[in-house]
Amino acid sequence: MSFLRSEFFYNYRRSTSAVIGSALMAGFAVAVIAGPFLVAQDPYDIAALNLMDSYKPPVWLEGGDPQFPLGTDGQGRDVWASILYGARISVFIGLVAMIASCTIGTFLGLVAGFYGGIVDSVIMRIADIQLSFPSILIALFLMSAVGTGIDKVLIALTAVGWVVYARTVRGSTLSEIKKEYVQAAKVAGLPNTAIIRKHVLPNVLTPLIVIATIQVGTFVLIEASLSFLGVGVPITQPSLGLLIKNGFDVLFSGLWWTSVFPGVAIMMLVFGINLFGDFLRDELNPRLK
Amino acid sequence: MLGYLLKRLFQMLLVLWVVSLVVFLMMSFTGDPVFMIVPIDATDSEIEQARRILGLDKSLPVQYWIFISSLLQGDFGQSYVFRQPAMALILERMPATIEMVVVAMVLAVVVAIPLGVYAGANPNGRLSRMIMAGSLLGISLPGFWVGMVLIYLFAVHWGIFPSSGRGDTAEVFGLRISLATWDGWHHIALPAITLSLGTMAILLRMTRAGMMEVARQDYMKFARAKGATRHDVLYKHGLKNALIPVVTIFGLQLGDLIAFATITETIFSWPGMGKLLIDSIYRADRPVIVVYLMLVALIFVVINFLVDIIYTLIDPRITLK
Repeated sequence: MSFLRSEFFYNYRRSTSAVIGSALMAGFAVAVIAGPFLVAQDPYDIAALNLMDSYKPPVWLEGGDPQFPLGTDGQGRDVWASILYGARISVFIGLVAMIASCTIGTFLGLVAGFYGGIVDSVIMRIADIQLSFPSILIALFLMSAVGTGIDKVLIALTAVGWVVYARTVRGSTLSEIKKEYVQAAKVAGLPNTAIIRKHVLPNVLTPLIVIATIQVGTFVLIEASLSFLGVGVPITQPSLGLLIKNGFDVLFSGLWWTSVFPGVAIMMLVFGINLFGDFLRDELNPRLK
Repeated sequence: MLGYLLKRLFQMLLVLWVVSLVVFLMMSFTGDPVFMIVPIDATDSEIEQARRILGLDKSLPVQYWIFISSLLQGDFGQSYVFRQPAMALILERMPATIEMVVVAMVLAVVVAIPLGVYAGANPNGRLSRMIMAGSLLGISLPGFWVGMVLIYLFAVHWGIFPSSGRGDTAEVFGLRISLATWDGWHHIALPAITLSLGTMAILLRMTRAGMMEVARQDYMKFARAKGATRHDVLYKHGLKNALIPVVTIFGLQLGDLIAFATITETIFSWPGMGKLLIDSIYRADRPVIVVYLMLVALIFVVINFLVDIIYTLIDPRITLK
């Protein structure tokens, strides 16, 4: 295996933070894929809930029940099971919104960089204006206008997320098209679309890997904030952020576990992504080598 | 210089115009504000009449024209809920928000800069690694969750800080400021800490990166060679140059603080304009949302403009074009 002997893999093994980061990400991958098989109770099947089980503390506290390791909420719902189901929604939203942002942003960045002119000006001015406002505020405004729903969260996140790809890709495209291989392809009579797709695109993708990795974490946080404010996902499909909000409502009665543990889950997920993203940035940045 | 200022002024107006267009269009597609105004048992003719009074029977371009011209004339509309001018409602709550943002920013700078300098000057030290891990944790935490944990620990569990609201205020230069009273400080502590964490982490990382970048420069070697103390080398020669990129994101961070204040204010029931925005979103109080967004957009373009000016003042290598 040449990958196992590569410099990248060597550096990876030597970097504690990269190993911890990817382990956390792998843990979440397992939780997201296998989550429903890891717990006995489907937290959204009303028939599986028993009000007698409500407000049980975590198992290590007095009154805890080994059946519910992290305690239960007001409806007798297992907090651990809710987190596994909630993480699916959070990760799904983060990943899909990242892919959508990356696709749209890359496309617009290629078009702007390759063709220039008025198209370039319009796309980049929109990007400039958007970048001067915090993403969370734009997303909040869009959600307040379109209402709650996973699909709407995805639209709002994509609307704020494409800009960073468009800018990066435009910059790389501008420097690529000056190079000889692109000139040669032009002289050879290749149509523009083919030059962009076959020659420019593969050469502008590397910097996007880091952006895309970190962005999943950013999106998970923004989605959590929107859901916490009540303008994100609907109550029937609670993400980790909505679980925190539901727990916040009973926090003052001292029932901390329903909101603290979902927050720990978000923290571990985003921390893992950021650790690994930092490692990737150092690895893929040729200036630091 | 004058040419640059005029060009920037034009750009700022352009941005505000685009924002007004986007805000107007998004708001027109959502819901029907007529039902916010008329009573539930209103007849069709009453609804029609309300629609005419609001100008909703006209075409979109005409509506936009009315919207933008009344904005320019200083008529920002009435809140559907409070039946008061929307602008007055926001301005009344603005000092509370600014107060929290300022305290959070100061806290972030005071903590982040020395730690960032230390971590940048000793990149491989054990303490530096802990600082960096802590700062990465800081940008990985949902801010609202931190606020909640602080409320649980300090207010519910130990009862040493209040969980919500703004404390006593005192009048300073005609503004009601809570920083002038002990009770005010007591109330602002938890929300300001919550709000500052994200910015603190980012400023720390920027300062560290800047310090590591300048450490390679010849003037740093020269300063050491001529026998300047370590403190002088780091703070007088290093930090001054390392801060240049930090200043550029300072404006963006200020904007972020204003944006995240909406969430922090909601958790701590802080009576600022951010909480008003969230409440207005729940109540579909369109005029308040519109005025908030236009006002915040204005604040952001002004901040960006000032940052550009400051940038040229601290770095003479950059000239305005």
